Amino acid sequence: MYRYDAIDKEFLTDRSNEFRYQVGRRLVGELSEDQFKPLRLMNGLYLQLHAYMLRVCIPYGTLNVAQVRRLAWIARTYDKGYGHFTTRQNIQFHWIKLRDAPDILDALAEVDLHAIQTSGNCIRNTTSDPRAGATAEEIDDPRVWSEAIRQWSTLHPEFSYLPRKFKIAVTASAKDRTAARVHDIGLALRRGRDGTLGFEVMVGGGMGRTPFIGQTIKEFLPATRLLSYLEAVLRVYNRAGRRDNIYKARIKILVSSLGAEEFGRQVEDEWAQIDGARADLPDAELARIRAAFIQPGLEVLPAVSDSYEAARAANPALARFVRNNVSAHKSPGYAIVDVSLKAHDATPGDANFDQLEAIADLAERFSLGDIRVTHEQNLVLPHVKQSDLPALFEGLAAVGLATPNINLVSDIIACPGLDYCALANARAIPVAQSIAQRFLDADRAELVGELKIKISGCINACGHHHVGHIGILGVDKKGEEYYQLTLGGSGAEDASIGKILGPGLNADQVAPAVDRLVEVYLAERQGEERFLDTYRRIGMTPFKEAVYVDAH
Amino acid sequence: MSTLIKYTADGATEIENAFVFVVDDEVVPQGADIIVSLSRIKAEGEALLASGVRVGVQIEPAEAVEDLVALLPHLALVAVAFPKFRDGRAYTSATLLRQRLGFIGEVRAVGDVLREQAYVMTRCGIDAFVPADGSSAAEWSRAAGHFRHVYQTAADGRTPAYAEPGRR
Repeated sequence: MYRYDAIDKEFLTDRSNEFRYQVGRRLVGELSEDQFKPLRLMNGLYLQLHAYMLRVCIPYGTLNVAQVRRLAWIARTYDKGYGHFTTRQNIQFHWIKLRDAPDILDALAEVDLHAIQTSGNCIRNTTSDPRAGATAEEIDDPRVWSEAIRQWSTLHPEFSYLPRKFKIAVTASAKDRTAARVHDIGLALRRGRDGTLGFEVMVGGGMGRTPFIGQTIKEFLPATRLLSYLEAVLRVYNRAGRRDNIYKARIKILVSSLGAEEFGRQVEDEWAQIDGARADLPDAELARIRAAFIQPGLEVLPAVSDSYEAARAANPALARFVRNNVSAHKSPGYAIVDVSLKAHDATPGDANFDQLEAIADLAERFSLGDIRVTHEQNLVLPHVKQSDLPALFEGLAAVGLATPNINLVSDIIACPGLDYCALANARAIPVAQSIAQRFLDADRAELVGELKIKISGCINACGHHHVGHIGILGVDKKGEEYYQLTLGGSGAEDASIGKILGPGLNADQVAPAVDRLVEVYLAERQGEERFLDTYRRIGMTPFKEAVYVDAH
Repeated sequence: MSTLIKYTADGATEIENAFVFVVDDEVVPQGADIIVSLSRIKAEGEALLASGVRVGVQIEPAEAVEDLVALLPHLALVAVAFPKFRDGRAYTSATLLRQRLGFIGEVRAVGDVLREQAYVMTRCGIDAFVPADGSSAAEWSRAAGHFRHVYQTAADGRTPAYAEPGRR
């Protein structure tokens, strides 16, 4: 993992002191709320329904043991005992007092954590693959490039007051676990014909009230030219992006109005005028960053662990967990373990103090001290010996973290919704829980297979409903909560925007409707088809008829 | 006359602002150093520059600094306007003036110019400020110089973290 040196640490100290000074100015009234707002937002501090919310950055979703323990301590000391992992691989605390915020930032800085640019109209935390460095699928380690972007974008002087927020994803495998095509910039690592490393650059993806799938403006950007090219994209956007209407200010609107081809041409024109020797990262620095991600401690192991195979054969619960939550590691004898934060009675993405402490302990014992956060609001222990899987499973089960439902119907993304968020029109968490309750039968859930349900409590789409295989959007209709279902979305490599199923449903009708959709799928599916594949083959009509049959 | 903070490598000092901003339909005052709009310098540039006073141009966020390229050697300063502090287009204007157009005269921030933005303004090559919040030079200097390290190259030429000798 990348370790902060004295320079990185001094930077965080300076940032924390600066914010303490700004909070002081706000508390004595030297700064108006209007002047203070962008400053606190760039330090991750939102004003929500009940309290301030602090969003802590987890750079490209990677954490070490000390960091998780510190997050647990913050949850216990300053919050109500839990934190909420977000769809951008960050964690947020919902019950923060403004006067505590500087102390929390100091406590975070001690373990190389911060809240820099977790909000505001600036470049946000880079999304990356939670399996980076552990999967054999990747072309290169995306953390190397994500870290380069982290440094480049941190307090970037030219791009700190953009028209709107700006999100970048780096993916490195054919299977995209970053939702790259719904980011402002999606970077997909590629190998050129000559073996050199490069990026396919996609721009203008995004969700919100006008969803778009990102379009490729460069098929192959030499990897070493990344930062100058990003500078060109950001500069074109900073100059030409709309600032008159917050809902039309994202880069997706600019790309859509110019057309991807014209936008790409403007970027090329700008890029040609940038001095690469100044703007691109020197090879020596790239090599320094790369060296930090070489994983020490991986042992040479036999490909099969007899003790593990025996335990799996003897314990059906372990076997189910392995089927759903364990994947192949690039090193023989190791495994990648997904830890679900989607227990049937839990709030999706929440982890309490005990669970965070347990994750830290288990990662220390079984995963080389490495913990990842997924954009689907789960955790990953990326380097687990197969022979340790039974003990890890027991340890997770002891704190309610062994839910065997990764990618299944109850592995639901949901925003905090009206339970917390000032923007929401409707609750999201209880709807997620009602669906999970409906599919409590684990055999049936496995029979259904991969089914991505995503719930947003308002049109801002923090719950990614546009790209859910089944998307659920909460809307307010004359003071009542209604839910609009969409089908056929995907945020993965086969990205698409879902289409509206039919009239809105009330909260009680959502889970039964999902059940009917699933029944149609089970009746219609062919071979290994996922729900999404069947929908794409047979279209909307059979699903719509099943849900609205009573209305006829 | 308003206070002007000049920023150099040695820090910030307050000096008297000798320039008068002349709006487009006003008559240019005799003998005073002036700042005019881009459209006015395009229309009357030759006469204004021949009048013997120092001339600066104010660039609005939507205007392209590239339009000034032929005039830059004759200008005493370029003022980049921040109608609202959230409008970040002037950061690109200032950056391009320094990095691409090679302008070495004064780049001045005018408008909604607040201490909280001193750091990013300075890094983009802005070296003079008309603060809207009554900031003193000392306060400005403290805000602009708060960070001991920077992560990226910018128009101020500061050494980025990766090129510092202490990088590990």
